[in-house]
Amino acid sequence: MTIAEKEQEVIADFSLFENWMDKYAYLIELGKELPLIDEKYKTNQYLISGCQSRVWLHAELKEGKIFLTADSDAVITKGIASLLISVLSGHTPAEILEAKLDFLEQIGLKEHLSPTRANGLSSMVKQIMLYARAFQIKSKQE
Amino acid sequence: MDIERIRKDFPILDQQVNGKPLVYFDNAATTQKPLAVVQRISDYYLKENSNVHRGVHHLSQVATEVYENARSYVAKYIHAEESKEIIFTRGTTESINLLANVLSPWIQAGDEIVISGMEHHSNLVPWQQLCEKSKARLRVLPVDLDGTLDLNFLEKMLTPQVKLLAITHISNVLGTVNPVKEIVKLAHEKGVPVLLDGAQGIAHAKVDVQDLGVDFYAFSGHKIYAPMGIGVLYGRFTWLRRLPPYQFGGEMIDQVTFEKTTFNELPYKYEAGTPNVSGALGLEAALRYVQQTGLDNIFKHEDRLLKYATEKLETVDGIRIVGHAKEKAAVLSFLINGIHPFDLGTLLDQMGVAVRTGHHCAQPLMDFYGIPGTVRASFGMYNTLEEVDIFADAVKKAVAMLR
Repeated sequence: MTIAEKEQEVIADFSLFENWMDKYAYLIELGKELPLIDEKYKTNQYLISGCQSRVWLHAELKEGKIFLTADSDAVITKGIASLLISVLSGHTPAEILEAKLDFLEQIGLKEHLSPTRANGLSSMVKQIMLYARAFQIKSKQE
Repeated sequence: MDIERIRKDFPILDQQVNGKPLVYFDNAATTQKPLAVVQRISDYYLKENSNVHRGVHHLSQVATEVYENARSYVAKYIHAEESKEIIFTRGTTESINLLANVLSPWIQAGDEIVISGMEHHSNLVPWQQLCEKSKARLRVLPVDLDGTLDLNFLEKMLTPQVKLLAITHISNVLGTVNPVKEIVKLAHEKGVPVLLDGAQGIAHAKVDVQDLGVDFYAFSGHKIYAPMGIGVLYGRFTWLRRLPPYQFGGEMIDQVTFEKTTFNELPYKYEAGTPNVSGALGLEAALRYVQQTGLDNIFKHEDRLLKYATEKLETVDGIRIVGHAKEKAAVLSFLINGIHPFDLGTLLDQMGVAVRTGHHCAQPLMDFYGIPGTVRASFGMYNTLEEVDIFADAVKKAVAMLR
């Protein structure tokens, strides 16, 4: 599945929810289910500093594709991280760099992308893009 | 006190957030403004606006007069001896920075400045930076677990090296009302001047600077129903007279030649540039509004809200209230076992309840308690017991979702 197709899938999932409570309950579930980042990556090096909740993000390149893991001490943030990972993980750097990620807006979570929300999410997207660019440059050099 | 009537003076409260009636419990961050304040600012710009001081024309004299009347009113409100002891600033933070700046020649290597462990960053970082610059030492009076200060310990800390005690009147995180009169007395016995950070104190305690005997008192207008961008540094005349100017230019100047400049007298010495006249008028209007409503009525009402909210929250499973001082004002900080403040705050917002989550600009205090932050509900004169019910139900609902 392409990133765009995965985004459509998430949008379809969220269209089932009629109210904010169900939407957040689903996010919280996703947050609780998110496979945790390997403990050895839960260090300051992998910490994305949002103002309030801490987010750790790790990326590695395997056979030309980026695999992401993350954790956060806030479960809603974790749920959103889980969405991002489900859409982006397993794709090539080029694919990730081209991703529009407008699904966050369509499922009504755009407010969480605002830097003023201070939950580290916009920094998280930025960080993923930085990883993708770095991996892309590295693989071109090799 | 007729809360329904008061609420009519604050039209902003009558709105829906995420489809729910707004419950505004973020008053320690900023309060809403009554119509009287908005009207005063608007009147100024519609009828009186002109640059103050030195103007020979009519409007300039009107503006100067109302601006200086606002200063006199503030002086009366906090019972300063003279209105020239009232310096208008942008807010508490600027007041404290101003003071730290002009006190710097008094602070030498080896001197000490004492603060407490419950300070807002604004009453910590300016002193820390000053100490760094002057090779002085910043010493911290520890907070007890219940959120109070140990005065016996303070007495021991007030050595001859101490040049200033800078301490908060009311904690913005714990709600603790510090025994400031006693603290000032203790410090003065050792010859140490005192600055009180009144950011919260101005709105939730009676402030009488002469009765407190305090040397400096800093506060912001916007925490007491006045506009943002106006604040006050009160300083005793005998102090302000001796201290050097802060910023240069504008009304603070007396005579200028290219060789030398002499400075204007107080309070203008500290008000460089065109001042925030409408802000000062808004502050006066807000203080008048508070006075008319009655400080005792407001404090009694806020205390009822605090006690009721505390009772309600105590029934939530896993609750930990942070700050158990006996003297506590209008601030309720808490954590719920296993739940991140950010998650709780996000869900409360979905239910129309505005609270603040995070470290509340008091990171060292959070470190002391070993917590990432708290959820903070803080009350104002227009909040109601029904809103506390909505808030407590919302907390329970959010907790059920997050567990």
